[in-house]
Order: sequence, then C-alpha cells, then structure tokens
Amino acid sequence: MAAHNNSAANHPLLEVNPPLVLGGQSYHDVTESVSSISEGKTPKQWYILISITASITVMLFGMLAYLVANGIGVWGNNAPVYWAWDITNFVFWIGIGHAGTLISAILFLFRQKWRTSINRSAEAMTLFAVACAMIFPLFHTGRPWRAAYWLGPTPNPDLVMWQNFRSPLMWDVFAVSTYATVSALFWYVGLVPDLATLRDRARGIRQRIFHIASLGWRGSARHWRNYEMAYLILAGISTPLVLSVHTIVSFDFATSVLPGWHTTIFPPYFVAGAIFSGFACVLTLLIIARWALNLEHLITLKHLENMNKVILVTGWVVGLAYGTEFFIAWYSGNPYEQFVFINRAFGPYAWAYWTMISCNVISPNFFWFKKLRNSIPVMFVLSLVVNVGMWFERFVIIATSLHRDFLPSSWGYFQPTYVDICTFIGTIGLFLTLFLLFCRFLPIIAISEVKGVLAEQRNPGPGVVATSKVVDPKFEPVPVAVGTTEGSGH
Amino acid sequence: MSKLVQLNPNQPGPKYWRSLGELYNKPEFRAWVDQEFAGGAAEAMDHGSRRTVLKVMAASFGLAGLTACRRPEEKILPLSRGVEGQIPGKAEYYASQVTFSGVSTGVLVETYDGRPTKIEGNDKHPTSFGATNALTQASVLNLYDPDRSKTPLNKGRDSSWKALQDGVKALGLGDGTGVAVLSELVNSPSLDAMRKSVLAKYPKAKWVEWEPVAYPGPQAGAMLAFGQAVETLPQYDKAKVILSLDYDFLGIDSPSILPTKQFADGRRIGEHAESMNRLYIVEGQFSLTGATADHRLRMKVSEVKSFAMQLAEAFGVLPSGLNVLGNTDKKTKFLNALVKDLKANTGAALVVAGPRQPAVVHAIAHLINGALNAPVTYAASPAAAADPVAAIKQLTADINSGAVSTLVILGGNPAFSAPADLRFADAIGKVRTSIHLGLDVDETAKIATWHVPQAHALECWGDGRAIDGTISIQQPMIAPLYGGKSAIELVDMIFNGNANPKGGDLVKNYWMAQLPGDKENSWRTAIHDGIVAGSAAAAIKPAASAERIRAAAASEPKPTGQGMEVSFYPSATCYDGRFANNGWMQECPDPMTKIVWGNAALLSPKTMRDKNLENNDLIKLTVSGQSLTLPVMVQPGMADNAVWLNLGYGRKEVGRVGEGVGFNAYAVRTTNGYWVAEGASVEKDGGTFKVSTTQEWNSMTEPQLPIGTPKTRPIVREATIEEYKKNPKFAEEMVEHPPLESLYPEWAYDKGFQWGMAIDLNACTGCNSCIIACQAENNIPIVGKNEVMRGREMHWIRLDRYYTGSEDDPQAVTQPVNCMQCENAPCENVCPVAATVHSPEGLNDMAYNRCVGTRYCANNCPYKVRRFNFLNWHKNITEVEKMVHNPDVTVRMRGIMEKCTYCTQRISRKKIEIKADARRENKPVVLKDGELQTACQQVCPADAIEFGNILDPESRVAKLKKQERNYAMLAELNVKPRTTYLAKLRNPNPELA
Repeated sequence: MAAHNNSAANHPLLEVNPPLVLGGQSYHDVTESVSSISEGKTPKQWYILISITASITVMLFGMLAYLVANGIGVWGNNAPVYWAWDITNFVFWIGIGHAGTLISAILFLFRQKWRTSINRSAEAMTLFAVACAMIFPLFHTGRPWRAAYWLGPTPNPDLVMWQNFRSPLMWDVFAVSTYATVSALFWYVGLVPDLATLRDRARGIRQRIFHIASLGWRGSARHWRNYEMAYLILAGISTPLVLSVHTIVSFDFATSVLPGWHTTIFPPYFVAGAIFSGFACVLTLLIIARWALNLEHLITLKHLENMNKVILVTGWVVGLAYGTEFFIAWYSGNPYEQFVFINRAFGPYAWAYWTMISCNVISPNFFWFKKLRNSIPVMFVLSLVVNVGMWFERFVIIATSLHRDFLPSSWGYFQPTYVDICTFIGTIGLFLTLFLLFCRFLPIIAISEVKGVLAEQRNPGPGVVATSKVVDPKFEPVPVAVGTTEGSGH
Repeated sequence: MSKLVQLNPNQPGPKYWRSLGELYNKPEFRAWVDQEFAGGAAEAMDHGSRRTVLKVMAASFGLAGLTACRRPEEKILPLSRGVEGQIPGKAEYYASQVTFSGVSTGVLVETYDGRPTKIEGNDKHPTSFGATNALTQASVLNLYDPDRSKTPLNKGRDSSWKALQDGVKALGLGDGTGVAVLSELVNSPSLDAMRKSVLAKYPKAKWVEWEPVAYPGPQAGAMLAFGQAVETLPQYDKAKVILSLDYDFLGIDSPSILPTKQFADGRRIGEHAESMNRLYIVEGQFSLTGATADHRLRMKVSEVKSFAMQLAEAFGVLPSGLNVLGNTDKKTKFLNALVKDLKANTGAALVVAGPRQPAVVHAIAHLINGALNAPVTYAASPAAAADPVAAIKQLTADINSGAVSTLVILGGNPAFSAPADLRFADAIGKVRTSIHLGLDVDETAKIATWHVPQAHALECWGDGRAIDGTISIQQPMIAPLYGGKSAIELVDMIFNGNANPKGGDLVKNYWMAQLPGDKENSWRTAIHDGIVAGSAAAAIKPAASAERIRAAAASEPKPTGQGMEVSFYPSATCYDGRFANNGWMQECPDPMTKIVWGNAALLSPKTMRDKNLENNDLIKLTVSGQSLTLPVMVQPGMADNAVWLNLGYGRKEVGRVGEGVGFNAYAVRTTNGYWVAEGASVEKDGGTFKVSTTQEWNSMTEPQLPIGTPKTRPIVREATIEEYKKNPKFAEEMVEHPPLESLYPEWAYDKGFQWGMAIDLNACTGCNSCIIACQAENNIPIVGKNEVMRGREMHWIRLDRYYTGSEDDPQAVTQPVNCMQCENAPCENVCPVAATVHSPEGLNDMAYNRCVGTRYCANNCPYKVRRFNFLNWHKNITEVEKMVHNPDVTVRMRGIMEKCTYCTQRISRKKIEIKADARRENKPVVLKDGELQTACQQVCPADAIEFGNILDPESRVAKLKKQERNYAMLAELNVKPRTTYLAKLRNPNPELA
C-alpha cells in the first residue's frame, strides 16, 4: 500500500468506509456514463456475445421441445432418482435469484448505501434467474400441457376439483410466482426515474418507448414522494420473500419422509445457501460488466469487497449446516439417516460431495485475507467456484438422498443424458442473453440512487474530511489489482 | 368366479364370426397389418444416432401420408342371434391346457368377446389347483406376437397354403422309406394315436421325439430301479424332511405348481410351529429351491452323484467305496446330520433327485425312498420314451448317411437348439424335403423346404397329459389368427392326404372312441371341466432292484473333480428359447440373478476372483470343443469352478423383441455334455458387455463404507423356528420406535370394506408367477433392455431378493413388494394436483387423468413401488398386440405415474356383482372371503398372498394379520401400510447349527 499512502494519510474513516463513487463525479457525469451505454452505437463485441448466447438459448428451446415431444425419459431421471438435474437446476437458479432481492430490499431497509451501484443489475439478475428457474417446475412434469394450468389456483374445470394445498409443490407455485411478481414490480418501480432520464435524452422511437415505459415521470417532488413511499413498501413486501421463497423450496425436501431430505435445518440452510450463491453470481457478472462498460468508478472495489464478505459469512453458514446435518444424523440414532450421510461422503456420489465441500466450505476462506478479497482475478475465480459448489450442493441433496433410500433392492444411480446437460447449458444461455439485452437497452445502474449517494458523499457526516477535495473533474480509473481508496486528492 | 361355457366350432347352422381374430384373419386386413407394421424398433425409444432419428422422421412423414389414404375397410357384422350366456364386455372362462416339454397343465382362459386375454390355473385340475406359473401365463402373449409366422414359406420365401398342399401331395411317401418325423415330446393321446396309425400305414417311417428341455435321467432312473417306466410323484406336503439332490422342484426343473403348493402346505405354520418341514439341498447353482432350503450344500452338479452314493452307503443300500471324492468337514457333518434326520423321520422323509442327474442318482433316490417308506406315489407311465438325446443323434446320423429324404419337424426349433456337435442345421439342408411346423419364422423355418405356420395352443384343438396322468382337452379360444395348423392337423395333411384337416374332429373322434358311457355328454363335461374324468394314472407300487442299481453305481463314471464344469438350465424366462420374442418374459427378472433381457455365465465369487474377472467382463467359454463368448456375472452361493448357463437366449431369427438378446448357450451344448459338461475352460476375452439387472444391490446389509459399521436393515425379517418359539413376536419387536402418533385426527377406516393384504414370506418361493399375472391383468408395458438399465421397468409387483451370510455360501430370501396402500400414505400429501388420493375403503387410488407427472409421490414412497411412464411405452405396439389388453384396465400414457391398485377393477366388478345379488335377493351385501382375489394372489402356487376385507374377522387375511409373525415393513415411518408381511422362518437342524 506504499504507493497509496496519500489516501491513508487523509482520514482514518475513509480507509474504513471508502467513498462509493470514485473519480469526483458530478450528477451529469453519472447520468452520462450510465445512459451512454444504451445510447451509443452497439459495439461489435455485443453482437458476437449475444449471437453465442442466443444460439445457446435456441438450443434450450430445442431441448425443451424434444422433451415435451418424447417425455421425461430423454433425461437421465430414473427410478429411484425421479428428480435429478431438473430440480437441481430449479433450486440453483432460484438460489441465484436471492441476491437481487436481498440487495434491493433488505439492504435498502438497513440503509446500506453501498447497494446503490449494484442493486439494479442484481435485481435484473434475479428476474432472469427466476425465469430460468421457472422453466423447470413446469417442464420437469410428465405432462406440462396439463401442469401449466392444473397447478394454477383455479378449480380444475374437467374434474371440478381444487389443487392439493397440502403439497409443498403447490406452495412452491405460489411462493415462486409471488416472488417473481414482486421482484419484477420492485425492479420496475426502481427503473421509472431512470427510464424518464433515458426518455429525456432520446429521440424518435426510442423516446416513444421510454415515454410509455416511464409512466409519465416528471421528477416532481410529489412524484419523488410517491416513488420513495412505493419503493419502501415494496422493499417491505420483498423482505419476507427473501426468506420465504427458499424456505418453501426447502419444504419440497424437508416435508418428505426421505432420509437426507427430512430435516428441519433446511429452511435457514437453504436461505443462506441462496444468498451465498446469489452474491457469487452478482459478483461474476459485475466484474465483467464494470470492466466491459467502464463502470469502475461506480461499481468500486468497496462494493466487491462487501460482497466478498457476505460470501465468506454465508459460506460459513452453509458449512455449519453441512456439519449440523452430520451431527444430527449421528445424534438421532436413526440408521437410515446415518447411512444417507455416510453414503453421501463415501458412497458412489462421494466425488460430488467433496466437490461441494471444496467449493463451498473451503474456497470462501480465501476471503479472510484482505489482499485476496480485493483481488479481482481471485474473486472472479472464487465466485465461479462458489456457483459450481452450490449447484453441486443441490445435486448432492437431491441425487444422493434419492439413489439409496430405505430398500436396498431399489437402489440405483443417476447419470445425465446429453439432453440434461444441454438443457442446463441452455438456461445459462437464456440467462446471459437476457442480461446482455438488459445491459444494452436499460440503465444497468440506478442513476437516481447513485446520485443520492453522491449527494451524501458531498455532505458526509461529521468527522469526514471536507468534500471539496473529493470533487475532482478528472476521472481516474481504478487500478484493477489492489488499492481500495484510490480516489485521488484527499 | 368362473362361468364355464362350452365352445363348439363344429356346430351346424349359420357361421357366426366368433371373434375379432376371425375378422382379422381376412387377407385384406392381414395385408394392411403387414404394411402398417413392417419391422419396427424393438424398444419404445432407443436413443439412436442423429442419422437414425432423421431416417425415422423421414420415414414417418412418408408413412403419415401413406396411412392417410389407406384406411382399413371395416365390416361390422352383428350377431343376429345372441350367444347364450355371453354379455359383451364380460369375461368368460374356458378350460384348456398348456404343455411344456411334454407335461400338460390345466388352465382357464379368460376371454373377452372371443379374445383370450389371460391364462389362469384350472382349480379342477389336480396339478394346478387354480394356480399357474409365469411361463404358462405368458404364453398368451405369444398368441399375439406380431412376428408370428403368418404364411407358409417355401425355401424361406413367402408361399401359399395352396402351394403347400401341392408340395405335400407331391411328396410320394410310399411305404415310408426315408420319411422321418421329428416332434417335440408327445404327451397328447390323440397325437399319439395318430402317430400309431401313421406308422402302421408307413411302416418304414421313423418318428423321433426330442426337445431341448428333455431329461433322459428320470425315466432311465425309473427303468434302472423298477425295470419299468414310472412317473414319480413326491408328496411334499406329507414330508417332514426333504432332501433335494440338485432338484429345483420349486423352480425351473419341474412343472413347479403342484410341488410349490404341496411344499408350502408342509412349510406353513399356523398358530403353532410344530408342523413346519425341513428342506436340505445339494446343488451346484443357486436355485429357488436352494434359497428356500434350511440347509444347503453347494457342490458341482457332476459331484452330486458321489454324494448320492455316499448317502446310499450310509443307508446301507449300496456298498461303500463307490465314492472317490474327498470329504470336507462341512460335507461330512452335513451328511451325518442329514442321514440321522432322514432316518428319524421314516415315513415322512423324502429324497428327490434333479432331472439333470444321471439315472443312477434317481435310482438311488428311489431306493432310499423305499427304505424310508417315503411319501411318494408312483404312476405307470404310458410308454417309455427313447432317450431323446440319443434319438436326435441317431436321426442326424441317418440324415447324414442319406437315409432320410423327407423330414417333418413338428414344432420346436432344432436348427437353433439341437446339440452343437450334431450340426443339425446343416443336416436339414441335406434332406430333399423338410417341412417345419412352427409358431415363428425361426432359424429352422428359414432353412426348411417348407415352413408351416403353427396354430397357438389357444387357437386349436388338442389334448395333453399332466404329470399324474390326468388328461386335459385343449379347446380353441379364437380362430387361428393366421390360419395356422396344429401338429395333428399337419400330420393328417401330410400322411393322410387330407387337404383341409380339422383338428377339432380329429381330437373329438379320438375321444369319442375312448370315452365310456354317454360319449357326447362325457366329451362335453371333459371340455367344460378341463379334465377327462378318471384319467389320472393309477398308483402302482413298483419294487426297486438294489442289485441292478448296485451294478450301475459301480460302473458309473467317476466325476473327475478337476477343471471347470458347465451346467445348462432352461431359462426361467425364455425357457428353451420359445419365449425369446415374448416381451413379458424378456423383461421378467430371473428369479435369482434378477437379470433381464439376456443371460450371462454365472460363476461363484471365488471362481471370479481366481480368474480375475469382474461382472460384465466378456469370457471365452470352451466346452467339448465348442466355444462361446459371453459376459460373466457373479452368483453368490454357486459351486466353485462351475458355470451356470441359461438356455434360450441369443436367438437370431426371432422377431423384434428377442433378436440378438443374450448369448446362445446351445452353441456349447453337445450330446455328451447335454446337461452337465466337465473339462470346460474359461478365459478372459477382453472387453465388457453390460448385463442388465433390475436389482443392483443384493444385500440388506449396508455396503462397506470407510465410516460406520455395516448394519442389516429389518426389511425381510427372519428367525429360526427355535427363536420363534422363544419369542413369537420377534418380527414386530425387531425395530424399536417411538409411539406412532399423528398430530392430526386420523381417519377411522372402520366401515364397509377395508382392503388389506398379508404376504407370508415363509411360503413365498420367488417364482415370478405374480409378476406376470400382474402384468397380464393390469396391461403393464415392457420398456426394453436399455430402459431397464436406466431403472425404468414398470412392474407393479416386484420380487426383491436379498442374500444373507457369507458371499461364498449365503442364504437368500425373496420378498414380493407391491403398493402397500398406506393408510397414512406419504405419496398422497405431496401430490400438488391430488392425483393420488385415499378411498374410504383404504385404497391408495391413482387418478391417471389427473396426474401431471411431478414424480414427487415416487420420491416420497419409502417402498419405491411407484412406476413412472418416462416415455410412451406403447409407441410401437401393433394392433395385434393390443388384443392382449385387459379391457377393464386403462392403458397409461406417458408422463404419468402408476402403481399397484390391489386390482381395483376386480374389486369394483365383484362389488357390483354382490350388490346386484343382494338387491335381487333382498339381502344385505356380503362378500364371501376368497371370492375376490387379486391377480397375484390368484396365481400364487404357494398361497403366499392373501387379500380381503380386514374388517371381517373371519377372513383369511384378517386371521393372518393376527398371527404373531405379522409385521409391517418400515412401520416406524408411521405410514400404516395395508400390506403386511408374515416373517420368514427357517427350520435348521440343531446339529448343523
């Protein structure tokens, strides 16, 4: 840090709590740097990327069509592993979606200002992840053309009967659809002032579209008042959803009689895991986005480091959960339960189990070190590793519990087919396609909220060095490797 | 349950069509069927290459256009006068018979509107008692085999009946010189009479009986012991101590229905435990009988005769010193305890010998049985058949010497199944004219001059003799689908020049001459009852000649005890190969190995280790100069240095189901090593071949993992009879659990009918009958080898088989598992669309229409009895195959879950009947115990399955559930299963403990 001693010398608080917007940005600078992304000429790289991801998405649709035409048998699912990659992918994507709501709602209520630069893209990511997730509950059914409406909350016209409200899958339908709806609303409400900004800068058809989309936003004080209230209410509604969705998803397993599923620890364990994977995924995407779109001054190392801290904590929470499961299996004296866990760690799926442990329990510990926590390459690799680990966690829970349960005569083993693999890759393609479209056409950073932070930064609380020094017309990009408080001229 | 109706196709008067089959027999329809279903994939969906997919798609588009302009012309013919007693849609039952390897079993055939759908046992038949075995039941599917031979073939090409008749006329049989008939074992009195008349007319003609599953041993043994042909009928129910010398009498070695019934009766215990029998077995492979046995000594099949001689020596009926093999401690101890036990139970001790064993072993068994005053009856056998193996050997020699110019093959497939050293397929080519009668266009049909489509047993008249001599008349249920001829008709056609033989007349005329008294009435009674009254052979009391046996024993070649031994067994699924194109049997797991869709060389664990082999490794097996490459599988409990080979697989010309399935064991079976061959060699051949099984894990003991000691799961609960006497409630007390209480008020289930099932594990032998009965009753699809390997088989009832004890010398248990119909069903509360719900009668109902296929119920089923239609298993099914379906049961589409319903269609039908009866007679609705049976219960030869109303304290099921052995599997989950088990008992000899 010798090279940056000037920052440390200025004020100790800045070291602890560095500014969230760097490079002495004015309001206009912020508007400019975010809006220009969607206004400029589309870069060639974007076309290359989206052609790849869109092709993968087309493959997804092809796989789903093949699945519907032939049946679940085109996947590797079997007896006794009736659920495999389908539900693994579902829980994986739903989990990814969690970070968005957490950042938007809970951090908002807790006045965590650092969320402003990342909340928009995190919420978008939530929506896209939930879209990917919702494919599976529908398409993993044997007759999706029936499931599509028989699972809806209406009495079935053919048989004049209601759904079975005792089934956790039914709860899932409500939980996930509520989550998707509220997340979409929350995201959209947050977008309205920024859409108006884009509208004001646009011409022609773009203007017309943004005109409609911004719902007549004029930025009046009354608008702002209503907006703030709506946003607060939605944040309040969303907050329990962060806990409820994955809690209910975990009920799919926890309410069953199957050893390895039938555990009361699942709700907190799943929620922690979801936040863990969600933050890792936000991290992956933002590291790329801030580099590709020159947003290093808005998505600073401080944001990234904070997320790394969340990953470290939630990583420990899931690690504790893994340990607790083993302890309870031993403590319960239930031989079936004991067998499932020993079999998990040493049976035919041990490779998956130890992959999960290495990725989820061991790898986040690198973030104990500040140097690693602030290293872009390290955190990029670790964020990917954590997501691999979390996918495996769901696979381990689902497949290893199912493949050897009560009666040894019915034990089996699951192997994916190419359709399983291509469907999963396809959802990644869909996710990235949606994200690329979002980056291209919408403000990926909440302009209005960042401006709010900027204002606070100019009038910080007592004890912070005068703001005038922070303002620097010259923007200096942050060096990538080290240094947290590179903002010059303190 | 059955209203027997007579069927007489020879009635004068207008010709009504009896069946769809008669309609289907029209040439236009058949041409259309041929066009529509030419060839086709064997499996519902084999993940082919991209090219295959494109080809199939292109072809389907093409055919889609074709079919659109080729609608079949349908003719509707009303029955202008109603057939007496026939109600459309209501099943009728006709008595008939099915013959396997010269042994007939009486059956009742369920038909719907002239369409046979299911074969049940005939309760009036003395060797059936209403039960059947898996193979007999599955033969109904052979009737609807889409690959059956449909037209006569001339030199492998399609020909016509007219051309065949011309060809037969042109034969010029003369005095029979150069004419040979090769038939299957003849147990039909009418065919036998026909044979006599033919041989009288053509004195130089020869008639040879041979079948691949024909055993020279038993008859030769009877000749050796008694000097006359005798049928041996052991009465297992009267025996307290039974010794089986390599005899799988509960399995594939005998028409197992009667022995199973009697054995189970002798083994069953009521409230008191005194009556249970004790079974010892000495065998090479691990058979079902071995699994049931209390004491089992494994040794090579070729060494059993030494053991038998030692035993005879111990009884003092043979001199000492005949045995040349060394004794192990275990063997000596076993033998001593056995002899003591047999002697102690004189009058109720029985020794039976297996058909693979040479004559001398059978003779020794007769001798010892005589000494023990064993419960055996003997019946005179009609005529001593010549040794079938010697007979076909002689026939081949005659053909090769040019002495045979006309060869008539009546059934069977000798080109495939004759001993490999005879090269019989080549010999057929040397005959000027060969005529083959067969159900399929098989290996023999392809090379014979003429191939004649054979009528299935359900399509033609006939008769057959059961093991005890009882004669059953076989009546047709349906006119021949493809105009096939029966054996007697073909003989009539060839040798009597009858261009249009009438099997019905031939059989009837024969019996009109035989039957006493009012002939027409007796004939009708015989058809109606399924048995010819008083036809059972009279019991005789032949005396065994120790002298002759002594001489034979002295000259019997000694087993070398060296090298590898190969023994052959008819497959429990394909039998001798005749079921190779039968999907039910291909997918029915072998009772012990659980292999489906194929076979493998089975070796003991030690032999596998010695030869450095793993499961699925390919080996080169060389026996008697012939060799075969096939995969190996380990069979715990096999004798060391021995190979167990199942016959009947590896057919090449068979049809869409069986083609290329398994490996042809006939390739290494020679006249010298017909059932057992010594001096074989096994070499690793490199490469592997994945054998598919339905059960991957074979033990209830948890696998060895680095942490945690192996525990045995209390799934099948078993105790010795002594332990049972000490603690009769051992089964229930095997698992400790907290009180099973629910948070919610529970449904009382205290009104009306409450259905329940009890399965006596002490009676179950694991014979597979229930699996096939269920398959036939409930229209259960087959899925194919690849899908079974993915674990997607559809059987609603399965037989779990577990080994206990050491890997080298284990015991085995079998457990039928169907849906337990849990009162507190875990599948029900997880279904989001309420597709599986509970009925007030305690049934766990499946609403197929409502199911969307989330598969959550199957995940949450602790018994894993739910079956999911992963793909459309009915995709490639032909029109003719659909005829086998039970019209009372829905055929399930892909994407939905299914499972055992306790035969809900039978319950509904019976309830309607008794309610109608009650209303008619103005009485309360009463269900008599036993008048409602599930399909699995009905066929079970051991009566191991009881089903009924558990609220009726007098019902058998309620009484069984009150027994102290009763336990609910996984009761600790508080699922309250309606199916409970009665724990298994073994009755070991305390001296061998």
